[in-house]
Amino acid sequence: MSEARLFALQRLTALVMAPLVLVHLVLIVYAVQGGLTAGEILERTRGSFFWGLFYGAFVLMAAIHAPIGLRNVLREWTGLGRRPIDWLMVAFGLLLLLLGWRAVVAVVGGGA
Amino acid sequence: MAEGTLEVRIWRGGDEGSFGAYAVPARENQTVLDVVTEVQRRFEPSLAYRFSCRVGVCGSCAMTINGTPRWTCRTHVKRVAPEGRLTIEPLRNMKRVKDLACDMDGFLDKWASVGTFEGTATRADPPAALDPANPARQEVDAAIQCINCAVCYAACDVVAWDPHYLGPAALNRAWTLYNDARVADRGAVLESALQPGGCHTCHSHGACTEHCPVGLSPTASIAGLKRASLLSMLKGGRA
Repeated sequence: MSEARLFALQRLTALVMAPLVLVHLVLIVYAVQGGLTAGEILERTRGSFFWGLFYGAFVLMAAIHAPIGLRNVLREWTGLGRRPIDWLMVAFGLLLLLLGWRAVVAVVGGGA
Repeated sequence: MAEGTLEVRIWRGGDEGSFGAYAVPARENQTVLDVVTEVQRRFEPSLAYRFSCRVGVCGSCAMTINGTPRWTCRTHVKRVAPEGRLTIEPLRNMKRVKDLACDMDGFLDKWASVGTFEGTATRADPPAALDPANPARQEVDAAIQCINCAVCYAACDVVAWDPHYLGPAALNRAWTLYNDARVADRGAVLESALQPGGCHTCHSHGACTEHCPVGLSPTASIAGLKRASLLSMLKGGRA
């Protein structure tokens, strides 16, 4: 994929993630205010289409965004070649997707 | 400070080397180039350095002065070394050839890699009529005064980190070509600025703009290229 496309993708995913991050942070602060337990939180998220979509999208965006940025860091700070870095970043993106979606399934999957 | 002596340290050698120390009389209206010349004429006849015009036109006398890349001919000692201590090295990010002269090949090759001016007009055509008020022409005018002194290239941290990065001067040149109505294939110019190591490698630190002796903003030119790449992509262009 061209540098221009990666550049655009990185910015687009940042654009989508910015509000998601805000909602996520506000949600954390709000959820612990009243002393909710993990069980109570899971009770509310399990089977929720909205939270599944919300965090599913969040994970997808992060899995695209992070490897593009990390690719630049590795190019500038390590002696690794461009090709190995690109493949490493594809693997890193897939790993983020796998771990992230696994967490999403754990939170919204399963019956309440 | 006119009375007294300057403590001057000058790099001797290539990539491997050490500083030589010299005591140079302080004078009124003394530029750093004057100091280097005095050292060569009085103490070190073998000292290598580049200069030509002495008045900020040719762009060949740039060096690192007390850690900052500058034209030596337009830098008064009083302004950069009020204490009278000067450390003079070759420009950063290029191989050191000898003493204060560095190998400009990498810099100039990158400059050439964004394309040279290739128009459509022939000798038989009348001169192109360019409207100074045209927005694209104004972008060119804002960036065209570069004289390839490589101060921006030496100031740029991204060039230091990523040897493939084209650097501010080459990308600034690409921006002037891209906006020039007389250039035959502007798309090809943009494409060359989008190669790996092209405009998207820039972190917008702004060191080039901060140090440019002509007062240009390569940062703005590079931002323009990034914008152009997005627009070209949206229009289904070559990006």
